[in-house]
Parts: sequence; C-alpha cells; structure tokens
Amino acid sequence: MSAVIDTHDTEHAHHGPAKGIRRWLFATNHKDIGTMYLVFSFTMFLLGGSMAMVIRSELFQPGLQIVEPEFFNQMTTMHGLIMVFGAVMPAFVGLANWMIPLMIGAPDMALPRMNNWSFWILPAAFALLVSTLFMDGGAPNFGWTFYAPLSTTYGPPSTTFFIFAIHMMGISSIMGGINVIATILNLRAPGMTLMKMPLFVWTWLITAFLLIAVMPVLAGVVTMMLMDIHFGTSFFNAGGGGDPVLFQHVFWFFGHPEVYIMILPAFGAVSEIIPAFSRKPLFGYASMVYAVGAIALLSFVVWAHHMFTVGMPVAGQLFFMYCTMLIAVPTGVKVFNWVATMFRGSLTFEAPMLFAVAFIILFTIGGFSGLMLAIAPADFQYHDTYFVVAHFHYVLVPGAIFGIFASAYFWLPKWTGHMYDETLAKTHFWMSFIGMNMAFFPMHFLGLAGMPRRIPDYALQFADFNMISSIGAFLFGATQLLFLYIVVKCVRGGEKAPAKPWDGARGLEWTVPSPAPFHTFATPPEVK
Amino acid sequence: MRMTALRVGTLLAGLPVCQSVFADWTVNMTPGVTSVSRDIYGLHMTIFWVCVVIGIVVFGVMFWSIFAHRRSKGYKPANFHEHTWVEILWTIIPFLILVVMAIPATATLLRMYDTKEADIDVKITGYQWKWHYDFLNEKFGYFSNLATPQEEIHNLANKNEHYLLQVDEPLVLPVGKKIRFLVTSSDVIHSWWVPALGVKKDAIPGYINETWAKIDEPGIYRGQCTELCGTNHGFMPIVVKAVPEDEYQGWVQDQVAQAEKLRELTSKDWTKDELIARGEKAYNTTCAACHQPDGSGAPPTFPALKGSPVATGPMEKHLHTVVFGVQGTAMQAFGKQLSEVDLAAIITYERNAWGNNTGDMVTPKQVLDFKQSQQ
Amino acid sequence: MATENSYYVPEQSKWPIIATIGLLTTLAGTGSIMVNADQGESTTASWVVFFIGAMIMAYMLFGWFGNVIQESRAGLYSAKMDRSYRWGMSWFIFSEVMFFAAFFGTLFYARHFAVPWLGGEGDRGSSHMLWEGFEATWPLLSTPDTETYTQTKGIINPWHLPLINTVLLLSSSFTVTIAHHALKSDNRTRAKIWLALTIILGLCFITFQAEEYIHAYTELDLTLNSGIYGSTFFILTGFHGAHVTLGALMLTIMLIRITKGHFSPEKHFGFEAASWYWHFVDVVWLGLFIFVYIL
Ligand code: HEA
Ligand code: HEA
Ligand code: HEC
Ligand code: CUA
Ligand SMILES: [Cu+2]
Repeated sequence: MSAVIDTHDTEHAHHGPAKGIRRWLFATNHKDIGTMYLVFSFTMFLLGGSMAMVIRSELFQPGLQIVEPEFFNQMTTMHGLIMVFGAVMPAFVGLANWMIPLMIGAPDMALPRMNNWSFWILPAAFALLVSTLFMDGGAPNFGWTFYAPLSTTYGPPSTTFFIFAIHMMGISSIMGGINVIATILNLRAPGMTLMKMPLFVWTWLITAFLLIAVMPVLAGVVTMMLMDIHFGTSFFNAGGGGDPVLFQHVFWFFGHPEVYIMILPAFGAVSEIIPAFSRKPLFGYASMVYAVGAIALLSFVVWAHHMFTVGMPVAGQLFFMYCTMLIAVPTGVKVFNWVATMFRGSLTFEAPMLFAVAFIILFTIGGFSGLMLAIAPADFQYHDTYFVVAHFHYVLVPGAIFGIFASAYFWLPKWTGHMYDETLAKTHFWMSFIGMNMAFFPMHFLGLAGMPRRIPDYALQFADFNMISSIGAFLFGATQLLFLYIVVKCVRGGEKAPAKPWDGARGLEWTVPSPAPFHTFATPPEVK
Repeated sequence: MRMTALRVGTLLAGLPVCQSVFADWTVNMTPGVTSVSRDIYGLHMTIFWVCVVIGIVVFGVMFWSIFAHRRSKGYKPANFHEHTWVEILWTIIPFLILVVMAIPATATLLRMYDTKEADIDVKITGYQWKWHYDFLNEKFGYFSNLATPQEEIHNLANKNEHYLLQVDEPLVLPVGKKIRFLVTSSDVIHSWWVPALGVKKDAIPGYINETWAKIDEPGIYRGQCTELCGTNHGFMPIVVKAVPEDEYQGWVQDQVAQAEKLRELTSKDWTKDELIARGEKAYNTTCAACHQPDGSGAPPTFPALKGSPVATGPMEKHLHTVVFGVQGTAMQAFGKQLSEVDLAAIITYERNAWGNNTGDMVTPKQVLDFKQSQQ
Repeated sequence: MATENSYYVPEQSKWPIIATIGLLTTLAGTGSIMVNADQGESTTASWVVFFIGAMIMAYMLFGWFGNVIQESRAGLYSAKMDRSYRWGMSWFIFSEVMFFAAFFGTLFYARHFAVPWLGGEGDRGSSHMLWEGFEATWPLLSTPDTETYTQTKGIINPWHLPLINTVLLLSSSFTVTIAHHALKSDNRTRAKIWLALTIILGLCFITFQAEEYIHAYTELDLTLNSGIYGSTFFILTGFHGAHVTLGALMLTIMLIRITKGHFSPEKHFGFEAASWYWHFVDVVWLGLFIFVYIL
C-alpha cells in the first residue's frame, strides 16, 4: 500500500458524539456501533463460556454430579449457539465496523442506520434465546445443529422461540453483510483499487458474500421446522415422504460456509498483524486473495462431510470427501504465506504477534484434524466423538478467538488512544495458550479412544483425560477475566498512543490520530 | 494390500514402533477386529503421520525464523514478497499428497458400502433410549437396555469396570460370517457405533441404512449411541458378543424357544401378585427413565404416574396410552416394543404401586384382545 | 447540495431501535400464539402482543422510509449514496434468491431422493421394508404413513390457473418496464397508468392464487397435511405469494409517490428498487411454474 495525500478535513467533523444513552441507542457512527458489537460479543463470550464451565464441571468426573442430563443438553446447545452466533460472529462484525471504513478511507459504513439496526437486533435475539432457559420444558436441548426430528416432533415448546431467535440473527447478519459489501464496493478512497485493499478488507468482503448466501438458507430450514412443528407439514418426516436427513443437508449447506465465516476475518486480521511485527510486506498478497476466494467457493460444495454416517449414496460420499480434502490446498497456501512473511523478517513479539503466531500453529493443528475427518472411511470412527470436538475447538478457540484477541490488542491503541499493559497482555496470552491446549488437546485422545460427544457421563477409561481437560478449561476461562481487566484499564488510561504505535504497520488506519476521531475521512484521502 | 504398500511409501522410519506404543495406551483409535476397521486404522495412522511431517516442516521453518530472525538479535528484514515458483510448488505438492491419500480412502469406502452376499441379516432399531435387535432370518428379536444401576450413576455406589458400557442382553453374533445390519429408528436419530467393528451408522426414523461387519475374533465389543437423541443419549450403550459359530447356533435355538415360551406365558393364568412382581421389574427397565422409579415423573415434560388420572382412571384409556403412546410426545407406543405379558404386568403394577390403590388387574390375554380390537 | 464525492452520514436515528422493539414484540407474539394454540391455551394475550408489535413495525416503516424520502428530496444524496442503495438492494434480492433456493433444493431432494428411496429404489431402497404397500410416485398423492397424513385426490392442473397466472405476472413485468421508461421521459401520466396496471395484474395474480388454494383445500384434499408434495407446494407458492403481496405493496407506494410528484427522470431509485423486486418475484414464479406445476 502506499502513501496518502490529504488525510481528512474538518468540514464535516464538527459534531461529536451525542451524550448519554442516546449516543448508543440511536447510533449511526460506525465506531460507536463497532464498539457496541465488541462489547456485546464479549458479554456473550462470558455467558457461553460460563455454560462451557458447567459442561466441564459435570465432565470433571464420571457419574452425574452437578446437573441432570436434560440440563446438560441445554447447556451444550446454548453454549454452541451463543459462542457461534453471539460471540464470534458479532466480534468480527464489530471489527469490520471499526476498521473497514478506516482501512479503505471511507467516512462511515455505507448504510449507517441499517448498521445500527443490524446491531440492536442481536441483543433482542439473544434475549429471546436466553429466555427459553426459563420456559416450561426448558431451553432447546438438541445441540446447536438441532437435527430433526429431535428438534421438531420431540423438541420442547421453547423451540418455537428458538426458531424466531434464529430468524432475527439471520436478519441481522444479512443486513450486516449487505452493509459491508456496499461499503467496500462503493466507498473506497480514490486510488484504493481492489487489489490494493488490506487483506482484512478482502476477507471480510468474501465473508459478507458467504453471509448473504447462507443465512437465508438457515432461515429457510428453520422455517420448515416451524411448519413441521405447527402446521402439519412433513419436510423431515418419512411418514409423509420427507426425510430427516434432508434437514441435515439444508442445515449444513448453511453450516459449513458458516464455519468459514468464523475464520476468514481472522485470516484477514492475522495477515495484517504478521507483516506488521515482521517488518516485512505480506508474502504473496495476490495468492492470499485467491486462496480466500477458493476457500469460499469450495465451502459451498463440502457440506455433507458432516454427514458421512447418514447413509448417503457412495458417489455423494466420494464427491464430498474429495472436495473437502481440496480445501487443504488454498488453506495451506495461506499458512505457507504467513510463514514466508515471517521468514527473514525482523520479528518482535508484542501481544498481537504472540496471538497471531499461536493462531497459525494451533489453527494448522485444527486444520490437520479437519483433514483427518475429511477422510470419509476414517470419519466413521471419528464422527460424533470428542475428536470432532477437539478439531473444532482448535479451529475456533485458538483460531477465531485468538484472531479476535490479536486484533483487539493490535487496534486497541487506535480505538482508545492508550497503550494496553503489555506485561498483563503477555500473561493473558501465555495463560490462555497453556489453558487452551490443556483443555482441548486431551480431547483428541478421548475421541480416538471412543468417547462420544454430547454426553453428561462417561465410562471410566475416559476419566483422566477429562479431568485434565476440565482443569485446563477452568484455567483458560479464568484467564479471560484478565482480558476484561486489561481492556478496561486501557480504556480508562495508560500511556498515550501515537497515530502509529507499531513501527511495522501499514495502512490508512494508522494515518489518523489515536484515538481515531469520531468522524474520519469526511473527504476521502487519495491512495497512490 | 494396497494400504501396506502405501504405508511403506510414506518412508517414515520408526513408524511401526510408535504405532504399537500408541495401541496399548488408550489414546488412539482401536485397530478393531474386522478387516474394515483395520483398514480404517491404517488410513488414520497414515494421514496422521502425513500431517505430522508437514507440521514438522512448516513449524520448523517458522521456529527457525522465530529464533533467528528477531529484531532483538539485530536482524534486518528482507524485503521479498512473492516468488512465483515457490508458490506454485506449495500448491501442487499438497495437492499431490491429497491425491495419494484419496486412493486408499476410496478403496476402503467402496468396500464398506458393499453389503451384498451377507450370511445373516440383523435389523437394529434405535429407541429412546435402548436398542432393539431383530434376527430377520430366524424371526426373533429383543431389546437391549443399559444395565448399569442408577445408584452407580448417581454416585451412591462404586462404579464397576464396565460402567455405562453394559447391557442386559448383548447382541450375539458369530465370528467369520458376513453380517448385514439394517439400521433404523423408531423415534429420533440415533447412531449405532461399535469401534472394534469399524461400524457406525445413523439410525434414521422411517429409513433403513445398511452396513456390515465380519468379525474375526470372538470377544465382547462395546460401543455407544453417537447421535444426540435426547435426555438419555449418554445412556444407551451397545454390547456385541462375538462367539464361535456353533455357540451362536445354540444361542439362536434358545432364543427361538424362548419366543415360543413367551407365547405360552400370554395364555397362562396370572395372579395379580405375580403380575405386580413382574411389572415392577419391567417398569424399572422400561419406564423409570422418564416417569422415575417412584412414579413421580419430571413434570411438566414427563407427568407423574403416581395419582395420575390416567393410571387411576378407566382401564381403556390407560391401555391406550401405553400401547399406542401419545402422539407428538416422548411417550411412545409401547405396544410394539413389549410383550403382552410385560404390558399387562406394567399396567397392573402402575395401578397398584405408589399409593395408586385401584386394585385393578389386567391379564396378558386382555391386552392382546385390546390390541386386536383396535386394529 | 450533494456533490459526487461527498457522502451523507445521517444524524442519530431513533428508527432502528424502534424497529428492533417492533420485531421482537411481533415475533414473541407470533411464537406464543403458536405455542399456546398447540397446548390448547388461550391465545388472546398473545394476539394483543402480536398486534402491538405489528403496529410498532408499521409506525417504524412509515417513519423510517419517510425520513429517507425527505432526505432524498432535500438533495442530500449524492450519486455515490445512490450507488450504495443500489448495491444494498441488489444483494438483498440475492439473499432472497437464496431463501427460495433452500425450498427449491428441498423439492428437488424430496422428489429425486427421498420419495424414490421410500418406494424401494436406490441406495436406501431397503427403507421400503418399513412402508410396505407404499408406492413412489411424483406428485406424491398417497403418503407412506396413511394415518398421520391425509391423502390427495389430485394435483393442480398447470394449464389452467397457473398458466393464467404466468401470463399475468410476465405481462406485469412488461408493464412495469413501460412505466419505468415513461418515468425516465418524464411522462407522469403514462407512468401512473402503466404502474397502476402492473399493480392490478399483481392483485389478479394474488386473487387467482387464493382461488387455487381454496380449490386445493376443498376439492383436491391437497393441504399442508398431505405429505411432502403438499408441504413443498405450499411453502414455495406460499412464500412466493407473500413476496408478490409485498411487491405489490411497494409498487402501490411508488404509485402514490409518483402522484405526489416525487422522483425525477434521473433520480427515482425507490421506483427502480420496487421494480427490481417485482422482476425478481416474476423470475421465481417461472421457476415455480416449471418445477412445481409442470414437471
Ligand atoms: C472455524 C471453523 C472451522 C474451520 C476453519 C474448519 C476447517 C475444516 N474442517 Fe471443520 N468443523 C468445524 C469448524 C471448522 N472446521 C465445526 C464447528 C465442526 C463441527 C460441527 C458440529 O458437528 O457441531 C467441524 C466439523 C468438521 C467435520 C465433520 C466431522 C464429523 O462430524 O464427523 C469435517 C469432516 O470433514 C471437517 C473438516 C474440516 C476441514 C477439512 C477443514 C479445512 O478447512 C482445514 C484446512 C487446513 C489445513 C489442512 C491446515 C493447513 C494446511 C497446510 C499446512 C497445507 C498442507 C496440508 C496437507 C496437504 C495435509 N470439520
Ligand atoms: C466459537 C465457538 C466456541 C468457543 C469459543 C468455545 C469455547 C469453549 N468450549 Fe465449546 N463448543 C462450541 C463452540 C465453541 N466453544 C460448539 C459449536 C460446540 C458444539 C455444541 C453442540 O454439541 O451442539 C461446543 C461444545 C463444547 C463441548 C462439548 C459438549 C458436549 O459434546 O457435550 C465442550 C466440552 O468440554 C466445550 C468446551 C468449551 C470450553 C471449555 C470453552 C472455553 O474456551 C470457554 C472459555 C470462556 C469462558 C470460561 C468465559 C470467561 C470466563 C468467565 C465467565 C468467568 C468464570 C470462569 C470460571 C468460573 C473458571 N464446548
Ligand atoms: C421417553 C420417555 C417415556 C418413557 C420411556 C415412558 N413414558 Fe409414559 N409418558 C411420557 C410422556 C412425555 C407422557 C406425557 C404425554 C402427554 O403429554 O400426554 C407420558 C404419559 C404417560 C401416561 C399418562 C399419564 C398422565 O397422567 O397423562 C402413562 C400412563 C404412561 N406414560 C405410562 C408409561 C409406561 C407404562 C411406560 C413404560 C412402558 C412409559 N410411560 C414410558 C414419556 C415416557
Ligand atoms: Cu440414541 Cu443417542
Ligand atoms: Cu464443515
């Protein structure tokens, strides 16, 4: 990327933020909305994490100690849903809101009022979802994948409200996606051609397309559930000529791209951070862009790798196996590019870099187990065991969540105008790193040794690893309170941050002062 | 075998050593006792080592930079940012590795799908939360329930060695025969998994999935339901008892004779006390999971039977509830799952237990008549 | 006035939060109507909640769009702003396409996989063992489980009402285009006439569709309850019908706005958006006509 002539003028920047609660309720400013998304996301992370703590406590020892199986299932379900839709996705949307306009030199998001609506729908949706915990018959208890007919014929009454909560999340994400696309395609500063965009912007552009392509499909499948529950249709009932497996096909058509929605923005952020702390340009910019595109395209034709055991015809089985394996190629390109960026750089290891490097290593391990799962015959042994749980926590926790932590530390100075406490941040990193591996690595062994997922109690041979895993999980969980403290401390004060606190960083966002003024780029900068 | 050739081809010194170490320590997949399960194990180990090697290379380069190319050591950054050939290479090489992996995987998969020419057909039906096995050729069948006592689960007693992995009636199969499994379900999706057989197949209500196994060694192989199927998903284990052919034949004859005896029991004259005694046992295995041993249920989802208007009201309604279930709820139609004797015993028990003092009794014969009158 | 590169960033707005409250209230109301009805409890209170929600939504829509129209007429929107709206609307329509794709996919799967398997063909053909006597046909008139699901006497003849509806909807796509051209050449009377005609065609379509449903329910026993054929039929045509209704509503608002003298030959994005939407429902209908009715 290149130098900037004429950053911003003051013509439009005369009004600052409104005062009090109105500032947030009626917000149209991308930075405020971004902040709200991030705060909401972290709240949900704590809530979903607390549920994981319930799960891990029950699994600390064999036998039923703390919760009944029924409640355990509700915890598993809510944990998955809240983490996926409440913690990870909103965190990335928050980062997008904050950073995309700054990175492409836009005055704001393209559709600011809709932006506010996208955000506020989320607390409403989660209020509805969490309220099901207090309803007669309990909260949804059928897993975050809510397979029919467990979720239709056999679901609790609260399923209906769960469905509407999903509809709301869908509306929010679709509007969010549209906003990102319109912003990136329309509001780039003059000279900011597509192939000059920062990778974070690129990955978000592609993520946004995934969102608008698959969230409606999720809406479709929950609508069919609603019809089956209340209006006598038989989409997922063989008695009427439907098929429970049909549910899975439609769900995973959404579900697989969804997991890339949760990782692509993290890829983008890491692609900003690694060059910054290697003091060396990103290796293979163009191939990075193509790789993300390829991953996104492939993600539409691999969904049935979640369904290898449902009895698909063997031709389908093979097709989905081959396509899934192919995803390793573009993902590999990305990993190799990151490593090549670090290679012969001039590395330093501030907190963002630590999280980014851990991201690469641990995500790759998660990717490897993903590739093992993709081998259809082997998946017959892995499927629905803790091996799968290990796989997806490796791509989600040190993947998505570490990506978010890395971004947060990277851009906190820009957001708050203060430097965070580096020592504490490094402590946060190392404790997270140890806790996380201790929690999730033994799950590989558990799965291979035969422990199914979604069970509140288990046979004796699984006891040791479960105990280790629980201890790791508690450590990891408790560490996150430290993160909260670090961020609060940074917001409230600290060493003043310069416009560009990282000497190796590049991009428009570092040309504005820290904290970034309420309105930036009212007149677009020119990128050469 | 192609698999073996491939493993040699991966050129990994020390690999066999590691494999045997892993096998004893319960941290790895079981090689199992069928040719399919061993093929799967082979695939698993191969891809594992492929990943390990790639990992060592990639992380090796990375750690090299981490240690050597630090600013604190005064390292000055280079400025290269692309290299076409390298990029092409690291696209093509992983692709080739994957192609090589896909070949044995495809072969194994095709073999797993070949259910033709089976010697024995067993239909497996998942119920919330137990399994039913039907021997289609010999025409008998039975349920297989969790046999771990509730006290162990609730930490009131010491857990035995096979805690949660034990059933009242195992699935008995002969070794050396190709057995075809027809897997289905009566309610929600379950999944029948026995790791040692390399068999995992979802039980989908309304559909039948086929799979097969040919067991090489006699033994007891344990597994579990692996698809979330509701409250007691964690409590529906599978036990397969593989026995030599002649032992198997003897067992089959016993089963056929027992089925005959059950038919006789139906016509036998039962006293109320006999029924209540039998009913209590059957109730505790079949109904107590939802309605609780003391009949208190777990309202609102699972109503109490103690003092329930159904269990103390007209017999007709009670029979109907148990035999045909309640549509759209977890209360299944037990008419097909239980024998007339057990149905009669359970209903009689329910009407006289926990302070339900109706004094009624219903005989197996009456249950049979009721069933027939409803058709 | 807006110049090419200036971008209008709106002031704080109360509408999104009102919209959120409206949406939550409406959905919570709808949900409890359904749940209470299922459990045989009174739904009055839930209906009240639902209506309050719906009123809030209506208030919000008028207010929010009113706001946008005002701003647009005050000349605050630059060409760039206009492009944002265009991208927004196009990708919104794309997401709608994906919504329908889920149902078309369902239809395809049921027809080519599920039903034949249940009838004993193909990989999962052994399933037929569970449904003896069931015969796989498409359209599926008799379901595998004849007790839970009702049986259908016949299907809708594509060459009667559906054909008429196809003609209606196709011609309405033409009329709306003519109206657009008239607007571009500033011939408002012509624009009004052709737009009104479009709306009338749309309303006729909806009427016929309603008639078809009545026919299906009363004479053919083709209902939501009659198995996968009825299920896919009604979910596809139902959601399509709902979209036609929405489209007609949008066009009506545009008609009112033309009458009020809004829009200029150069700038009339509201109208264009509504007409894009209209073309989209038209295309979906073609898909329906072919895959649901004819094939
Ligand atoms: C961020 C989320 C995320 C990501 C990125 C991925 C990435 C991948 N996933 Fe994962 N997955 C999940 C989230 C994710 N997954 C979740 C949540 C589930 C469970 C859902 C549920 O059931 O609840 C799941 C389940 C799941 C399954 C189903 C398992 C089962 O239920 O039986 C499978 C099967 O194929 C799979 C495969 C893969 C593959 C092949 C990738 C690939 O993208 C990985 C590619 C990366 C690499 C391979 C590493 C780097 C590459 C190299 C260094 C190059 C060279 C490498 C080789 C040639 C080997 N995943
Ligand atoms: C992005 C997604 C995401 C994230 C971040 C996590 C994070 C965690 N997950 Fe989760 N998980 C899923 C997505 C995610 N998970 C999904 C999709 C499923 C499948 C659900 C299903 O089967 O349907 C699943 C399932 C799942 C299971 C399997 C349940 C089962 O099969 O029965 C387990 C078990 O250990 C688990 C554990 C954890 C733990 C310990 C964390 C930790 O990383 C959480 C750490 C965070 C905190 C703890 C919060 C912060 C701290 C506090 C609030 C203070 C209090 C702390 C203490 C008291 C110590 N998860
Ligand atoms: C999977 C859980 C489950 C099992 C196992 C189960 N039931 Fe039920 N049972 C239910 C549910 C749920 C209802 C409530 C149905 C309703 O909503 O009317 C019920 C209702 C009943 C009722 C009517 C009670 C009333 O007051 O309405 C009777 C009688 C009954 N069950 C008997 C039995 C018997 C006998 C067995 C064992 C053979 C059994 N149940 C096993 C779940 C179960
Ligand atoms: Cu049956 Cu899980
Ligand atoms: Cu996937």
